[in-house]
Amino acid sequence: MTDIKKKSEGSFLRKLTSNQLFIPLAALILLAVINLINDPGFFKITLGTNNAGFPVFSGYLITILDYGSELGILAIGMTLVTAASGGQDISVGATIAIAGSAMLRVLCGGDSRPETIQAPIIVAFLVACIVGMLCGAFNGMLVAIFKIQPMIATLILFTAGRSIAAWINNNELPIVPDPKFSYFGSFIPGIPIPTTVFIVAICIVVIALVLKFTNLGLYTQAVGINESSSRLNGINPTFIKFLAFVILGLCVAVAALIKVSRLSTINYSVIAKDIEMDAILAVALGGNALSGGKFNMWASILGAYVIQFLTTTLYKFNVQSDALAAYKAVVVIILVVFSAPTVREYMGQLFKKLSPARKEAA
Amino acid sequence: MKENKKESIFSKMNDTTLLLTITIVIFFLMYIGAVVFQGGGFTKPQMFFNILNANAALIITAVGMSIVMISGGIDISVGGVVALVSMSCAVYLDYKGGSIFGSILLALGIGVAYGLVQGFLVAYLDIQPFIVSLAGMFFARGMTTIVNTAPFNVADEEFNALKLTRINVPFMGSVNKKGVYVPAYVEIGVIVALIIVVLLFVVLRWTKLGRSFYAVGGNKQSALMMGINVRRTKFLSHLICSTLAGIGGYVYFLHVGSGSASHAMGMEMNAIASSIIGGTMLTGGVGNIIGTLFGVLSLSTIQNIVASAGLDQAWWTGITIAAMLCIFLLIQSVVMAQKKKALKS
Repeated sequence: MTDIKKKSEGSFLRKLTSNQLFIPLAALILLAVINLINDPGFFKITLGTNNAGFPVFSGYLITILDYGSELGILAIGMTLVTAASGGQDISVGATIAIAGSAMLRVLCGGDSRPETIQAPIIVAFLVACIVGMLCGAFNGMLVAIFKIQPMIATLILFTAGRSIAAWINNNELPIVPDPKFSYFGSFIPGIPIPTTVFIVAICIVVIALVLKFTNLGLYTQAVGINESSSRLNGINPTFIKFLAFVILGLCVAVAALIKVSRLSTINYSVIAKDIEMDAILAVALGGNALSGGKFNMWASILGAYVIQFLTTTLYKFNVQSDALAAYKAVVVIILVVFSAPTVREYMGQLFKKLSPARKEAA
Repeated sequence: MKENKKESIFSKMNDTTLLLTITIVIFFLMYIGAVVFQGGGFTKPQMFFNILNANAALIITAVGMSIVMISGGIDISVGGVVALVSMSCAVYLDYKGGSIFGSILLALGIGVAYGLVQGFLVAYLDIQPFIVSLAGMFFARGMTTIVNTAPFNVADEEFNALKLTRINVPFMGSVNKKGVYVPAYVEIGVIVALIIVVLLFVVLRWTKLGRSFYAVGGNKQSALMMGINVRRTKFLSHLICSTLAGIGGYVYFLHVGSGSASHAMGMEMNAIASSIIGGTMLTGGVGNIIGTLFGVLSLSTIQNIVASAGLDQAWWTGITIAAMLCIFLLIQSVVMAQKKKALKS
């Protein structure tokens, strides 16, 4: 009786640890516990008022949800690109600069200090979407049609992106005069939850519906696992890869909207710097193979918030922003070492060796 | 008839030689084009040596990058290692009163330590090299600011003497406006870089270890069948790359003579780009050290052409380099596709 129970317990544990969501969740819980020990006030959410006198929630958890949103949105597209092409897009930071710059150009109409906005926000956003998708299409064309390795193909836009962004606005830094534009990156008056949370929620719902009602997920995995056999099954791998990059381009445009809205302006060389590395990290933390194939979208998005949680925690410990990277690296290495198949196997064997000993003791 | 013959030459060459030939031809065309259309500085040999002087560190790190890429991995931590080495050596020399010899050992030590850790994680724990070296890059950049936040120039006299040491190249000098003969010179770093290029060219071409890099990168499974120790080969490729990053870091330090957390920003991407232009493929198994040397030269020649063409607006540099990179990649892609077609028919 007890044996059966033990067995089911063992298999439950194995099931739990083999689940893709296990690693990001475990990391999240570990970080939460560390914060709880350090300062129980970490989880406190207070309802205060902001500068404009509207009620807003504030607290570290809200900060994490707010500032992790760009990464969460990018993780969606990056997961698809990784799964389909077996490579990563390292140009997302630079394309955010391009899309953001295009958005500002439309909003301000080439004038750096306009009195009013020159075009409705929705038009500017649509233009940014088109620009983002064009960048994605350029990368996708190089990868899918010309068969260049994704990291190298996107190296082109990575190099040129910030220069192109500066060129679009003649190297000026226009400021958007309309306060409505800043709602996307902060709060809508009267609603105490950051707008970014809603934007992420919309993105997640859309991608969930797409994955549920279309074959996109299945086809993407098929192309990532074996391109030639997926072609023999009637899937067009070129189109699927191309599509993955275009979808990432759309995610980039949304992220650019949030990024630009936070400041109401842009800084070409700093905006979304190193975000590509964090986005790739989110995909890897979610336990997705960076060589393509099967993917778990939710694990990636969770991974993105784990990274933001880590960043906020480190700031809480008074780590200098320049030195942040070193601590992040240590945490990342520990995470990937424990999720490595070889290490897991070894731990499993160790566990097995220990369990009979425990039985004897009982 | 002639077309047929050309095709047969193409298909006879292996991938490595074919891509190498394209790179070298394009580099010479570009340089000759610069000499003809821009003249000025490009006609003087010193221009070429200046390119070498400024890029000796990049050559060394790019060569290491090529070896990792040939064996199927990637290492994006090299830029961070270069910054860490330059900052550590600068602090060691100026604040701790260290000697030149000690600082060289320090640079090598950082490189080897990086190689040991990253190689172990990649080869023996099967973690993706991109993630390992990404963490390595973060760690190196962060550590650089922890070692010392503010950038500073090294004041150590012995070091500055070494920094200014110039080696004259015979017969390459030019006569300046006053009619005085100015000898052409290279810095010590260039000599180090060239020795490393030749050494590793020989290793990759004629030693068992070198051939096993290609075998592991080309097909891990068949390399294993052939009795190659795949894990050890991968480990060694990362060890060599990081050690070279350490040496490259010292050469970089010797060239700029200062320590700063923002040194060598994006150097890993330049190293990868140089390797690619030089005909190394990220998928592994294809590549050549001489090609990488020409990759670095091509990249910096483009930069120089843009700078001297008077396109003073800063964004043009980024856009032109990207455009050239794009063209190189497309040529490679098209040629390889053509070759595959020719082989099939």
